[in-house]
Amino acid sequence: MSRTNDVAAKPLFSKMENFKHFLISNSVPIIFLGLSAFAIPLSGFSAEYLVQEMITRLARNSFLVLSLLVPILAGMGLNFGMVLGAMAGQIGLIFVTDWAVVGIPGLILASIISMPIAAFLGYICGNVLNRAKGREMVTSYILGFFINGIYQFVVLYMMGWILPITSPTLVLSRGYGIRNAINLTGMRHALDNAISLSIDLGSETTRFAISIPVSTFLLIAGFCVFIVWFRRTKLGQDMRAIGQDMAAADSAGIAVERTRVIAIVISTVLAAFGQIIFLQNIGTMNTYNSHDQTGMFSIAALLIGGATVSKASIGNVFVGVALFHLMFVVSPMAGKELIGQAQLGEYFRVFVSYGIIAVALVLHAWKRQQERERSRRGLRGEA
Amino acid sequence: MKDALSKFIENAGWPRIIIGLFLLFLFAAAPFVGVRVDTSLSDTLVRVGMNGILVLAMVPMVQSGCGLNFGLPLGIIAGLLGATTSIEFKAQGLAGFGFAMLIAVPIAAVLGFIYAQILNRVKGEEMMIATYVGFSSVALMCMAWLLLPFKSPVMIWGYGGSGLRTTISTEGFWRHVLSDFASVRIGEFFYLPTGMFIFFAIMIFLVWAFFRTKTGTAITAVGSNPEFARASGINVDRMRTVSVMLSTVLGAIGILVYQQSFGFIQLYMGPLFMAFPAVAAILLGGASVNKATMVNVVVGTFLFQGILTMTPSVVNSLIQTDMSEVIRIIVSNGMILYALTRKTQVKR
Amino acid sequence: MYMANKEPLLKVEAVGKEYFGNRVLEGVTFSLNPGEILGLVGENGAGKSTLMNILFGMPVIAQTGGYEGSVTLDGKTIQFATPFDAIDAGIGMVHQEFSLLPGFSATENILLNREPTKYNFLVEVFGDRIKTLDRNEMRRRADDAISKLGFSIDPSTLASEMPVGHKQFTEIAREIDRSNTKLLVLDEPTAVLTESEAEILISALRGLAAKGIAMIFISHRLQEVIDLCDKIVVLRDGHVVKELAPKETDLFKIASLMVGRNVEGDNACRTEREETPVILEVEKLWVDMPGETVREVSFEVQEGEIFGIGGLAGQGKLGVANGIMGLFPAGGAVRLNGEKIRLNDPAYSLSCDMAFVSEDRRGVGLLLDEPIDWNIAFTAMQVQDKFLRKLFGGLVKWRDDALMRAKAEEYISSLEIRCTGPKQRAVELSGGNQQKICLAKAFVVQPKLLFVSEPTRGIDVGAKKLVLNTLQRVNREFGTTIVITSSELEELRSVCDRIAIVDSGRISGILPANCAAERFGLLMMGTSEPIVAGSDITGGNA
Repeated sequence: MSRTNDVAAKPLFSKMENFKHFLISNSVPIIFLGLSAFAIPLSGFSAEYLVQEMITRLARNSFLVLSLLVPILAGMGLNFGMVLGAMAGQIGLIFVTDWAVVGIPGLILASIISMPIAAFLGYICGNVLNRAKGREMVTSYILGFFINGIYQFVVLYMMGWILPITSPTLVLSRGYGIRNAINLTGMRHALDNAISLSIDLGSETTRFAISIPVSTFLLIAGFCVFIVWFRRTKLGQDMRAIGQDMAAADSAGIAVERTRVIAIVISTVLAAFGQIIFLQNIGTMNTYNSHDQTGMFSIAALLIGGATVSKASIGNVFVGVALFHLMFVVSPMAGKELIGQAQLGEYFRVFVSYGIIAVALVLHAWKRQQERERSRRGLRGEA
Repeated sequence: MKDALSKFIENAGWPRIIIGLFLLFLFAAAPFVGVRVDTSLSDTLVRVGMNGILVLAMVPMVQSGCGLNFGLPLGIIAGLLGATTSIEFKAQGLAGFGFAMLIAVPIAAVLGFIYAQILNRVKGEEMMIATYVGFSSVALMCMAWLLLPFKSPVMIWGYGGSGLRTTISTEGFWRHVLSDFASVRIGEFFYLPTGMFIFFAIMIFLVWAFFRTKTGTAITAVGSNPEFARASGINVDRMRTVSVMLSTVLGAIGILVYQQSFGFIQLYMGPLFMAFPAVAAILLGGASVNKATMVNVVVGTFLFQGILTMTPSVVNSLIQTDMSEVIRIIVSNGMILYALTRKTQVKR
Repeated sequence: MYMANKEPLLKVEAVGKEYFGNRVLEGVTFSLNPGEILGLVGENGAGKSTLMNILFGMPVIAQTGGYEGSVTLDGKTIQFATPFDAIDAGIGMVHQEFSLLPGFSATENILLNREPTKYNFLVEVFGDRIKTLDRNEMRRRADDAISKLGFSIDPSTLASEMPVGHKQFTEIAREIDRSNTKLLVLDEPTAVLTESEAEILISALRGLAAKGIAMIFISHRLQEVIDLCDKIVVLRDGHVVKELAPKETDLFKIASLMVGRNVEGDNACRTEREETPVILEVEKLWVDMPGETVREVSFEVQEGEIFGIGGLAGQGKLGVANGIMGLFPAGGAVRLNGEKIRLNDPAYSLSCDMAFVSEDRRGVGLLLDEPIDWNIAFTAMQVQDKFLRKLFGGLVKWRDDALMRAKAEEYISSLEIRCTGPKQRAVELSGGNQQKICLAKAFVVQPKLLFVSEPTRGIDVGAKKLVLNTLQRVNREFGTTIVITSSELEELRSVCDRIAIVDSGRISGILPANCAAERFGLLMMGTSEPIVAGSDITGGNA
C-alpha cells in the first residue's frame, strides 16, 4: 500500500572521496607502521626480545589505556585527568605497603582503598569539566597538575603525621612524608605470576623463549568484555547520545551533566586500577613521578592506535599500545645506529610521543571543520 | 563607600584579592621570621623584570582570541638559538645582547608564522594544540642541540664530546648587561636592575602602542567577536597570524632578558614548562581567555613573582619546612583552572 | 475521518498572553476532536509560536507571567511546567529544526531516552540506567512507528546518511512511538521537503489521523493546508480572525484574512517615485545561509530608492543582503552601477561604498565587550582609514580616540541613544539602543547603498519610530539607496517605495509598496500560481 519512495538515498559521495576519507581517518597508525618498519632493523634487537617486551608492555599498560574509552564515548575528549586515578591508586598502594599486605590480597586491598578516593577525584573532575564545556581537554590537563600539587601536599607533608603511616622504610627520616621510591617487593608481579605461561619456540640455532602473564591478560579481557557490554546498557546509550549532540540529548530528557560526571568517575576509578596493575609489574613506585607520564603515554598510545578525540575502539587500544611501545623500545638503539648517539634516539621517542598527540589533535580539529562542510553539502544536495 | 568597594572587588575578582592580601601578609610577616624586607623586595623586583616580557608575550594571542599561549616554547627556542649563536661568535656586552636579538627575532617571526598556520586551522582547540606543538618543538630541538655545528668550547661538552651542554653560562658575554645598566644599590641588600626595567618599560610601551594602531585595533576586535570583524572586512586569519608572530617574537626577546639576568642559558628540556608560569601570571593579573591589558601584565607578574619569592623564605621559616614547590604548583595551576572554568569575564 | 465526538480532545478557550505589557495573544478559542487535523495559519508575529509555547508547556510562558484563559486536554485543564509534562500528557511536537543524533540509527533516534530495557543483577548496585537495551523490542517498536506513517525506510540507517525527507519522517515517528500520543503539533513540516516528499508526508499524516491522532498543522503553504486539514484557523495580530472549512474557502480569501487590514478603497498600487537609473542589479543570486537559503533571486534597485525585501521566516529573505555583503557563500551576478562586483569578500563589498546592518545584532553587529565609540567607528576605521592619524609618513596608523569619542557623542545625541556615555560597553545597553549603534556604525561609513535587516526587531515602539524616521531622513538628505529586509510587512509598506517578497528562496513578486496588503500576503503563501494580473512589477498602472 505504501508507495515506494522516490526519495531513496543516492550515494552522496564518490568512491574516491571515501578512499581519501579512509586514509585520513587512519593516517596515524599508517604513518607509525612505516616508522617502525624503518627503525626495527636499525635497532638490532632480536625478534625474541621485541616480542617479549611487547607482551610485557601490553599486559602492563592496556588497562590504563582502556580507561580512556568511556569519556571519549561521552564526547568529553581525551581524559588528561586520568592521572587523578593514577594518584588514587598510588595512595592505595602506600597504605597497603605500610600494612605489609602482600600478594594478590595486597593488590585487592589497594584497589578497594583507592576506589573511593578515585571516585571522589573523578567527581570533582567531572564537575570542573562541566563548567568548562568546549575546553574539556585543556582543563583536565591543568586539573591534573593542580591535583598533583594537592597529592604532593598530602603525601609529602600529611602522611606520617596526620595520616598514620608508620613503616620506616616508607617515611622520610624527618618523621613525616613518604620517600621518593618505594619498593613493592611484596606485590611485585603478583598478578602477572598468578597464572603465567612459558613458551619455548626456540630451535638449536635461535633462542625463542617467552613468558606470558595470562592472569593479567584475563583481567584485561574482562575489562574489554565490560566495555562492550557497557555500550549496550541504557547508560552507555545515553553517553553515546551526549557524545554526539548535547542539546539534542538534553531536549530528549537525558541528564547530560550527571551522565558526563559519571563517565569521568568511571574512567578515574578504572585508571586507579590500571595504575596498580602497572606498578605491580614494574615493582617499584616513584612516589612523586610514576604518575607524571601516565596520562601522556596512555593518550599517545591510544592516538597512535588510530583513535581520535571523538572516536575510539578497543582495537585502537591494543594496536596503539603495541606500536607506541615498539617505537619506544626501538628508538634509542636505532638513533645510535643512525647518528651514533643513543641520546638522540631517546629524545626522538619523546618527540614522537608529544608530536603524535599534537598531530592527532590537529587532525581532529581540522577534520571537524571539514565534516561540517561535508554535512552541509549533504543537506543541500547538488544545488 | 560600600559601592566603591564592591565595584573594586567585582573588577578585581576574588582570586586576585586573596592572593594580593596573602602577599601583603607575607611581606608583613617577613621581619618577624628573620627575613629582610629589602632583600625580598629586591629579589621580587629582579624576578619581575626577568619574567615580565615572557608574560607580555601572552597578550597579543589572548587579544586575538587564540587563547593562552601554551606554545611559548617556540619563541623561547628562537631566543635560545639567538643566545647560543651570539656566544658562538663571542659577542659581548650590550652589542652581544643586541646581536642575539638580531638572530632570535627573525627566527621567531618565521616560527610564529608556521605556528599560526596550524592554529588557524584548529579554531576552538588552540590551547591544547599549542601545548603539544610547544612540547614537540622542545623535543625536536633537543635532537638539534645534539647535532648543530656549534664549536665554542664554553658551550660544548668537554673531552671532545659533541653537542651542546645542558646549561651554558653567560658570564663574560652579556650577563647582567641590561640589569646592571644604571642599576641602583641601596645598602648591602637592595639592588634594583634599572636597565632591565627600562627595557621592560620600552617593550610594554611598544606593545601598548601597537594595540592603538589600526592593526592592533583590528586584532582586538577579532578576539572580541570574530564574526563582527569578518563582517567589517577584516581578514581574521591574517590578524591571528600577526598576533601569533608578535607573541612568538616577544617570547624570544623575553627569554633573552631572562637569561641575561639569570646568568644561564638552559637548553634541552629547560623550556618545556616555561609557558605555565607566564600563563598563570597573566591570569593572576586579571586577564581572561580573550582579553589582556598592560595592567594585567604588570600586576600579574608582580603578584606571581612575589608569591614565588616570598613563600620559600617566609613560609618555610614560619613552619620550618620547604613547601614552596607545592605552593607554587597549587597557586599557578589553580589560577589557570579558575580562568578556564569562569563563565563571565573580569571587567578590566 | 472521525465523526465529531461528544467531547473534543483539545479545547482552547479565550487564551491570551502578554509579555511585559506587549500583548501577543488575545481571546483565542478553538477546539479539536480526535483524528481531526487543524491548520493554523498566520504571518510572522501573528502569535502562532506563542500559542504553541503555551500548549507545549515551554518554561518561558510561566517565567513571564503565565497566560489567560484555559486549555483542556481530554477534559483536564493543563498545567504544564515543562515540555516533559506536555509529552507525558500525550502532546507531541515536531519542530522545524531536527534534533536527531547523526550517529544513531533511525531505530535509536525513534526510541531515544525511552528505550525498552532488560534487567540484570547490577541494577541492584548501580541503579536503573545499567539495564541493557532490548534491541529486538526497539526494532519492533521502530518498525511499528514507521509503518504507521506509511513510508519505508531501513530502521538501521544512520541519521547522518538519510536524505532530509527521511529525517523528517524519523522525527515524526519518534513522536508517535510514544504510546500515549494523542495530539501531534507539526511546525512547518514541509518547509525543507521537495514537492514529492511533501506529498508523501501529507498522505502519511492523513493515515495517522485516520488512526485517531489529532494534529495541529502549521504551514504557510496554503495549498497544503487546504488539501490536508479539516478546519483552518487564521491568526492575525494575536486574534483568531476566522475559523474556516477548507471546502468553503480559497487561497485568496485566506491570504486576505491573514494579512488584510482595513481594506482601503483606494487600491492605487503604483509607485509615486520618478524612475531613476539602476544602481544595483542582482541576477540569479544564490546564497548558502543555513536556515535562510536563497536559491535564485533576481531584481533591480534604483538609485535613491527605498527597496523592501519581505517574506516569511526561513524563506530566504535574510540571505540576500548577507550574500551580497559577503557574509555567507554566494554566487551569481551582482552589478553595482553596471560593474560586476566580487562576491564572498566582505572587505570588497564594503569598499564599494555599500554597508550592512545585520539582523544578528549581538552575534555579528556588535562588539559587546567594547565601548560604544569603538562599535560606531570600527568599520569606517578599517575600511576607509577614518579615525586614524598617520604618523611617520604613513608608516604607523594611530587610533584617534578623541575623534572617535566626538563622533560617538554626535550620534548619541542625534539618535537619542540612552547610555552613560561613549565609553559604556555595548552589552549594557537595551536592544533598541544597540540597534541605534549598529545604524550609526553604518552611517559613519557614508555608504551609497545601505542594507538593513530587521531594523526594528525586538526594540520598543519609540525606538522603532526613530529608527525608521532616521532611515528615511538619510535617504532624503543624502540620497542613500536603502534596501530594508524585514518580517514586518506593515513596516515595509510604510517606508518603502517597492517591496519584493521572497518565498522558498526565490522572488515570488515585486510590487509597489502601496498595493493592498493581501497582494503581498498571497505572494508569501508559497503558491505556484502566477501573480494575479492587475499590476506589473515595475509599478505601472492598476
